[in-house]
Amino acid sequence: MNLKLKVWRQAHADDRGTIVDYDAKDIPEEASFLEMIDIVNEQIIEDGGEPIHFDHDCREGICGMCSLNINGVPHSKERGITTCQVHMRKFNDGDTIWIEPFRAKAFPVVKDLVVDRSAFDRIIAAGGYVEVRTGSAVDANSVPIPKDKADAAFDAAACIGCGACVASCKNASAMLFTGAKAAHLNLLPQGEPEKDKRVLAMVRQMDAEGFGNCTNQYECEAACPKEISADVISKLNRDYAIASAREAVS
Amino acid sequence: MKGLINSVSLFWQSSIGKKIVVAVTGLLLVGFLVGHMAGNLLLFAGREALNEYAYFLHHMLHGAGIWIARIGLLVSLVLHVFATIALTAQNRAARKERYAHGATQAASRSSRMMIISGLVILAFIIFHILHFTVRIDPELAEMKDAAGHHDVYGMVIKGFGGPVVSLFYVVAITLLCSHLSHGIASIFQTLGLRTRKTAGATRALSWGITVVLWLGFLVIPLTILFGIVKDPGLDAGHSQSAVEASSTSDKH
Repeated sequence: MNLKLKVWRQAHADDRGTIVDYDAKDIPEEASFLEMIDIVNEQIIEDGGEPIHFDHDCREGICGMCSLNINGVPHSKERGITTCQVHMRKFNDGDTIWIEPFRAKAFPVVKDLVVDRSAFDRIIAAGGYVEVRTGSAVDANSVPIPKDKADAAFDAAACIGCGACVASCKNASAMLFTGAKAAHLNLLPQGEPEKDKRVLAMVRQMDAEGFGNCTNQYECEAACPKEISADVISKLNRDYAIASAREAVS
Repeated sequence: MKGLINSVSLFWQSSIGKKIVVAVTGLLLVGFLVGHMAGNLLLFAGREALNEYAYFLHHMLHGAGIWIARIGLLVSLVLHVFATIALTAQNRAARKERYAHGATQAASRSSRMMIISGLVILAFIIFHILHFTVRIDPELAEMKDAAGHHDVYGMVIKGFGGPVVSLFYVVAITLLCSHLSHGIASIFQTLGLRTRKTAGATRALSWGITVVLWLGFLVIPLTILFGIVKDPGLDAGHSQSAVEASSTSDKH
């Protein structure tokens, strides 16, 4: 199949950047989206140009490294998958595809489609952990955890930190990521004792990174490759309100 | 004390803190709208019912009640507007470079024009207060009923007599309800009350209140504009009102 690509090219962080047109010729339907860019890059290299830079790692949909806004939607409009799991059979011969980096002030472009997502690491460093050593995996059921809480924590823990929530949000808010990471630990007995401290620290770090504010439009939920529910945002709001009230009086 | 002030200041500075302020003040304003609409509908119960209700509002707690309500509403409105403008400015700053090719998957049209609908509603509130509360039009200001009270009934019908004013009300109320269709549901999410179990109920409640308010507020200017509700004039039922007027005016 033959496609027309409109790709964001930006030589370095301070470069202005622009959309450049490419022809992707003879792309096999069974190629993944990233393989399609690999094929285009081979042609660019043959022609003596600078290949299109993009993030990727496992190409199995679990590492959270691949990104790309494809036709306006992070990881493409296909639900519940990352860019590396999108296959070219989902497109039609002759389609025009827009490929842009995840855009947010807190995710500065490094080069072309590569963005710096270390703001997420700093949110985790602020409180996304349990302070004491909890040891290696204990015997199942030696720490009783209600099934509904275990399920909710597991759903939240599915977050791979790719940043699609930020990229899709009209305000570049990181609430789905922060909500998922906080909920994952707050729901479990190992994380519960530090719940208030964690929520306050992670939200304050999130604000300091320059992410926008959630306006409850649920674009994040629709874009999340792990289909994490915006219920974690509601929980983060609730936990933050309670933690703030406790902080104010204690 | 210093620690408490510090905590409150940190709360206000945070994204979620300001959003909670927006949600709580929004909830108070929605509560006011429901009461306001119910009071307005007394128009259909006649001149006496509406004017008496207005008289009651102005005299409850020896006239202090209305000022407590007005100050509460003003503070809520100022906080609501101030916090949303601050949040919107941060949101705009959070994505300096827009997408060349953007897309929307889940966000409703109403949710995407909250700041626009909000600012139009703010302009409408100012107009509405000048129109019916301050009454800058002396013709509306001097209307009295047979009891010697301000004739709210006559004023409303006269005030909605022209198509320009009525149409402005229709547009403003429709934008208000667009604002509420996203706003009421957002109150639950921001206050952390929306969960998997309550999501359906909060959405239904949000739409229910919005539709009831839309119909309840619009039925008044529309029925007056199309001549369905007419002012029968103060002379209608004159003899009875005149007796009441003399008895009430004695008390004052």
